[in-house]
Amino acid sequence: MKVTVKLFAYLRKGRFKASDMEFREGTTVLQILDALAIAADERNIGILFLNGKHAEYSSVLKEGDVLSIFPPVAGG
Amino acid sequence: MNKDLGRLLLEHSMSGMIKLSELDILSAQTGIPAPGLEVLAVNRGIIPFRYLRNLGSISAAEQQNLFHAKVAVIGCGGLGGYVLEQLARLGVGAIIGWDYDIFEEHNLNRQMLSTVDRIGQKKAEAAAARVEAVNPAVTFQGIEEKFDCENGKRYLTGCQVVVDALDNIPVRLELAGTCREMQIPLVHGAVEGWYGQLATQFPGDKVIEQIYAHGETGNPEKKYISTLAFTPALVASLQVAEVIKILLERGELLRNKIMLINLLDMDMETIEVSREDSTGCSTAEVIQNK
Repeated sequence: MKVTVKLFAYLRKGRFKASDMEFREGTTVLQILDALAIAADERNIGILFLNGKHAEYSSVLKEGDVLSIFPPVAGG
Repeated sequence: MNKDLGRLLLEHSMSGMIKLSELDILSAQTGIPAPGLEVLAVNRGIIPFRYLRNLGSISAAEQQNLFHAKVAVIGCGGLGGYVLEQLARLGVGAIIGWDYDIFEEHNLNRQMLSTVDRIGQKKAEAAAARVEAVNPAVTFQGIEEKFDCENGKRYLTGCQVVVDALDNIPVRLELAGTCREMQIPLVHGAVEGWYGQLATQFPGDKVIEQIYAHGETGNPEKKYISTLAFTPALVASLQVAEVIKILLERGELLRNKIMLINLLDMDMETIEVSREDSTGCSTAEVIQNK
């Protein structure tokens, strides 16, 4: 299945801004983070939106989904 | 209003506007301080000349609406300093500046209200002094307490909009909850380094809760959050634009959306956030509540 992955802020470093990626049916958010080599320390602070809705690491993706991953920006 | 005073204000105005120099002359004549006279003039439909270049983008009636509005800015640091500056210049009549903290040397790289001679001084005091210097007709209230839902409910009563200019996630979530309970729209902004984000949350919307769903307090490995001067200046300006549109019920708002700003790639993207978790009020409902 094809899903679109969008990365924001410093998660783009050495990766990409947006990419259409091919995954097996039943792939979870966590497996995609692994595939993108988003390390644990980055992952722990990651914000995940699947089709514009807050997702969990265990969320399962389906064809055509858009996964947005961004670090929490919280300074003022 | 005193009939004579009304007549005097009209006599000293030109094309429906009155200059500071005329207010000073009237002040000398009547013994009423110029900012007080300015308030009386606005109430009489005479627009202070300082707002000349606002007119055209907003109407005289809208300028009056801003003058009768009350907005709270929670945090007077990087974002808050720029937000306060612009609200005062735009002519928002009553402003709360909320910050318990004092200026430190490392604020100087970006915080508009911080100056060398204010290091060690309270941010809320600097905010009061700046608003007074820019627009003395603004009623400013400084709150030098840590924000929580209890004092929030005490001080935010009567505010039409609240601006999130905080620097941490737990208090942001507390502010979002307080604004929801009090039925006040909240304009969220946050910055880090080259990156910023913005969202406008009406009562019942749950964008901020979704952004910070993991409730993390940030990366524990990091000793501090770095931020460059232009990032808070930009995000604060965008927040103020949202505030003014809410007050004037005009334009498009960033509701159920997050704007993600990346100044390194010079890229801005707005993500639509699902409304499934939201029981948000319509703009009309919120305005009706006022």
